[in-house]
Amino acid sequence: MAKEVTKLVHEYLRHDKKFPHVWCPGCGNGIILGALIRAIDGLGLEKDEIVLASGIGCSGRLPVYADFNTLHTTHGRCLAFATGVKLANPTLNVITVMGDGDATAIGGNHFIHAARRNLDLTAIIINNQIYGMTGGQFSPTTPYGSHASTASYGHIEHAFSISELAVTAGASFVARATVYHAILIEDMIKKSILNGGFGVVEVISNCHTQYGRRNRMEEPVAMIQWMKEHAVTVEKARNMSPEELQDKFTVGVLADVKKPVYTEEYEKIRERAGAPKIGERSA
Amino acid sequence: MSEDLPNRRLIQGNEAIVEGALAAGCRFFAGYPITPASEISELLSDRMPEAGGTFIQMEDEIASMGAIIGASLAGTKSMTATSGPGFSLMQENLGFACIAEVPCVVVNVMRGGPSTGLPTNPAQGDVMQARWGTHGDHPIIVLAVSTVLDSFEITVWAFNLSEKYRVPVIILSDEVVAHTRETVSLPAWDDVEVTDRISPDSPPEWYVPYEGNSTGVPNMAAFGKGYRYHVTGLVHDVRGFPTQRPEEIEAFTSRLFRKISQGFPEIQRVKSLFMEDADVAVIAYGSVARSAHRAVVMARSQGLRVGLLQLVTLFPFPRRLVEPVLNQCKAVLVPEMNMGQISREVNRVNSSACRVVKHNRIDGQLITPEELMPHIVDMAS
Repeated sequence: MAKEVTKLVHEYLRHDKKFPHVWCPGCGNGIILGALIRAIDGLGLEKDEIVLASGIGCSGRLPVYADFNTLHTTHGRCLAFATGVKLANPTLNVITVMGDGDATAIGGNHFIHAARRNLDLTAIIINNQIYGMTGGQFSPTTPYGSHASTASYGHIEHAFSISELAVTAGASFVARATVYHAILIEDMIKKSILNGGFGVVEVISNCHTQYGRRNRMEEPVAMIQWMKEHAVTVEKARNMSPEELQDKFTVGVLADVKKPVYTEEYEKIRERAGAPKIGERSA
Repeated sequence: MSEDLPNRRLIQGNEAIVEGALAAGCRFFAGYPITPASEISELLSDRMPEAGGTFIQMEDEIASMGAIIGASLAGTKSMTATSGPGFSLMQENLGFACIAEVPCVVVNVMRGGPSTGLPTNPAQGDVMQARWGTHGDHPIIVLAVSTVLDSFEITVWAFNLSEKYRVPVIILSDEVVAHTRETVSLPAWDDVEVTDRISPDSPPEWYVPYEGNSTGVPNMAAFGKGYRYHVTGLVHDVRGFPTQRPEEIEAFTSRLFRKISQGFPEIQRVKSLFMEDADVAVIAYGSVARSAHRAVVMARSQGLRVGLLQLVTLFPFPRRLVEPVLNQCKAVLVPEMNMGQISREVNRVNSSACRVVKHNRIDGQLITPEELMPHIVDMAS
């Protein structure tokens, strides 16, 4: 089984060109890349129709390893670039990968507006609660009271909850998983793509190098253990009291609704404007 | 009368830019409202869907610039339009378009600055920002428009240059050109000469996305056409993958500049008036070139041997076209609605005894022909 999965993943990697990768040993990003590839393969999507776009940071390096149309944009702007790609060619299946700082600090504006527009693409957000690549500065999801290279006295800001933010901003599909829940990641990515609207898959990941070391979880296993112990499925959480949920977070589907999708709505605008039919258009 | 010339229309500069973009094959526009450029967005929100293209109003100018790069990578000619404050926000992703060699056109309808400045008044304060606004060494093309017809023709040309050289092209308009209405006769789309980027014709496995050739401009595959390659804002090798090898960095950056410098004869364009026997010249661009034109005609009627050199291409600075004028004339006047951004370039390339006279206006008002006359009379005497 394990061998089969490895073989499958190799079909999608630029393994002859781009390895070894830049990530630290034990990083969760590889688990997420594997889950993404299995989801794409499981849905039977063609490599040529996938555009995998990212911003800046450790997550930003993910697309270069995969054999798709890959786009490594500027910090926080990946959804803006992805918007252009998708609208120019709606037949492309656009998937973005961002980090927590990338998506909700510098790219926060683009994130909420892409969700509001219900642009049909999937945004995977790797939330490791820290700026990893730049050396462990606190991010918008760094927990209150924890330590970072720019918060050595303890962090005094409060964290965003990315998935809840996405739900409020109007995303059609929102789910959360962790790198401990590898199968769930794959499943959530599939569901997001199948939803057809703006989908957000938040994946809690471990940065033991920059976050763990400063917060008494030096080893990746300790961090993944923490995920296992603190994650509660959405279904189970429904029957839990606020006290029981105090230090927990939910995993699973948080929103899955059908809303008018941007590219379909825009096609109606073209019809109203009297545009020639697709195929008869010049340029 | 209008029956004789069916394409004869009374339109403003901003509308002519819209017409030029559509005629050039632009089918994607992303923008954010800003005075005095908003008419471009408003008109394209109607015209783009009509033409089968896409208009989107983004959440800011950073996103607008990102979106047009994305659309261009997907194979669609794209444009955004803004004014000073928005142009500042676009600088970040403009650099991406430079390094990843993504064709796109950015219109900056200049208003007074810095900061919020003078939203409804003209200025030419963004000339150097257009050249050097984004960080790092980079080639870029900057064109200036001075009339409504210019706004059409130069927009078409901007797309053609952008597609041919895979470089962002900045069009500098200003509040006066943007909102002045003039009667123009625009050609039908079929009569407009249009250049498209060259797509690879090799099998995907042979495609080397950033491989140089004699022109220095690599063939460009659109996403989704079977050429799965990597696009990044990092300095990259010929395959598009990030590199830190000095020899690859050097080769890459040199090629970015070489592809433009090889095209200087085509890219650098000026318009000359009465230059044949002139011993004094006015060097101007944008709306100021209109006043300069009038001033030169007035001076000629007084028997002064004065000519006009109108810069259409501001950058790469048309040194080889300006130098002969400096060698020919005893003095040149460079009027600008800024503190002297192009006069600095003229001085830089001046190796003759020619006197470079500045005339700068920074009160939000257009320079008039009358205020240029005393300079011209003085220089000619």
